[in-house]
Amino acid sequence: MGIEGGPWEGLVRAPARVPLSSRPWRSVAYLLGGFLVALVWLAGTVVLLVVGVVTVPIVVGVPLLRLLPRWAETLGRVERARLRLVDGRPAPDPHHGRPLLREAATWREAGHGLLLCLLGPLNAVALLVLALLVGGPLLAPFWRLLPFAPSANPSWQKVTSDPALAWGASLAGLVLLVLAAYLVTAVAAAEAGLARTLLTQPPEEELELRLIEVDRSRARLADAFDSERRRLERDLHDGTQQRLTGLMMTLGLVKMELAGADPEARKLVERAHREAGETLAELQDLVRGIHPPILTDRGLEGALAEAAERCPVPVTVRVETSHGRPPESVESALYFAGCEALTNLAKHSGASGAELLLRDAPGRIVLQVSDDGAGGADTAAGTGLVGLADRVAAVGGTVSLSSPEGGGTTLRVEVTWTS
Amino acid sequence: MDVVIADDAVLLREGLRHILERFGHRVVASVGDAPSLLAAVDRHLPDVAVVDVRMPPGFRDEGLRAALRIRTEHPKVAVLVLSQYVERSYALELLESGSGRGVGYLLKNRVGEIEDFLDAVTRVAAGGTAIDPTVVVRLLENRQDPGLERLTPREREVLALMAEGRSNSAIARELVVTEAAVLKHVGNIFAKLLLEPSDEEHRRVAAVLRYLREGAR
Repeated sequence: MGIEGGPWEGLVRAPARVPLSSRPWRSVAYLLGGFLVALVWLAGTVVLLVVGVVTVPIVVGVPLLRLLPRWAETLGRVERARLRLVDGRPAPDPHHGRPLLREAATWREAGHGLLLCLLGPLNAVALLVLALLVGGPLLAPFWRLLPFAPSANPSWQKVTSDPALAWGASLAGLVLLVLAAYLVTAVAAAEAGLARTLLTQPPEEELELRLIEVDRSRARLADAFDSERRRLERDLHDGTQQRLTGLMMTLGLVKMELAGADPEARKLVERAHREAGETLAELQDLVRGIHPPILTDRGLEGALAEAAERCPVPVTVRVETSHGRPPESVESALYFAGCEALTNLAKHSGASGAELLLRDAPGRIVLQVSDDGAGGADTAAGTGLVGLADRVAAVGGTVSLSSPEGGGTTLRVEVTWTS
Repeated sequence: MDVVIADDAVLLREGLRHILERFGHRVVASVGDAPSLLAAVDRHLPDVAVVDVRMPPGFRDEGLRAALRIRTEHPKVAVLVLSQYVERSYALELLESGSGRGVGYLLKNRVGEIEDFLDAVTRVAAGGTAIDPTVVVRLLENRQDPGLERLTPREREVLALMAEGRSNSAIARELVVTEAAVLKHVGNIFAKLLLEPSDEEHRRVAAVLRYLREGAR
């Protein structure tokens, strides 16, 4: 049977019903349980530490000491489960699956353990005192019926021996009991709140994690698209292209065999041969647009150099890379960004020369294409640049464009990645 | 002439075999990947190996790598590399091995031009060079080069054919001029590009290609 909402929920929403609800009892259980957990955890920690340190010289100690973070994490798990006694909200595990010692969550759990060792005994003593303070007056009318009935105090004896006084005391005890219920609930709520901050993920961190996950899934999607493109390219290369090339060979042979035959037939075969050749050329252009094979073979450097060569404007290619090849999806995004930049400058810039620069640092690569043309390139004018920026963003990169009127155009694409 | 064919597509392998055998060559082995190509060349020592760039296991440029190895290990075996695409760097890498002797780089589409293809096979087998016209066009176009700009249109034509690896007589036939006229053009080209004149045709090709390659950088 759970409760709803946070630990203060009852006190804030329906304070009148708190004494009759399960909350005070749950709070007592929470506080006393905390004391027991603290005892066990402290004992375990001390044993692990002492035995671990002492046995380090005989090696056994090292794995024992290594258990300490796990022990803290276990406490965290127990405490998060216990939190449900007084706090109905979910308590997400703050660990990210990294080594325990390198996670702040583990250290916070250990901190909570130490705090619990301080608060636990205090809670226990306080509860005991409270029980005596409330229980005594409450039970005053029945005191004499109790089998052991300690009665050292003479004034207490006077109260218990007089029924009117005894019932009065009992009534006061009842009032004290109600007050104690509020007190216990409030203390447990405060401590549970403290535990929650120490043991669960702060909301901002949770959001950040979710954003990272969104980024990752976007990158995965880009990767999936990319490998799909490569597969398509392979299929076209191995299937359709080979068949067309075979057809060209056969038609070429027919052409030769027909030398000296009916000129009409020769002409037809020549036409078929030519058309097959054109179809093949178109298919090759298509394949290059899907995923250029040279990108796989020679990487960005080779593929961009080839693309620069196809550009009608003379392009100087400068490559300053020395940190290995980026992931395939990054290569592909940069390649197509470079192609788009070259196409744009050939179409619109009126430039007489351009420079393509590729430079890298560990985990980072920059592609810059600049020309000496008219400038004034506008991202709103065409979808090309926008599509390019989208594609680069999908692999975690950025595109910046500088194109003052009359001052040439520089397009810069930067991608950082983690392998 | 003994030929080894390496292409992972059975269809094309059979097409090549058919063409070569139809015109009197002997296909001594026909294989589908780079390791078997190297083994077949070791065993048969053919006059020429016709090799596809992209082959298993990696489907990258295994064919080209194997071709380069053949050129170093068996200088007498010529290689003609076939590629589905114009990739200038492949052609240049190939030419750098053994200064362009006994190597060729053709587009697969070119195989359909049976005469051109057979001519290229014979040429590389004889120690010459065969570069696909498309690659030469790629090397020549978009160039702002004072040397090239000094050439007349006819000289450019001759230069292109030279770069493909054609002999003087072949160039003369192609342009329908006399060999003497071709020789004159060649002399002019070398003078304008400031290249050392050379009588040997293969050296000539290498010089021209080196010029185009270095200029293109």
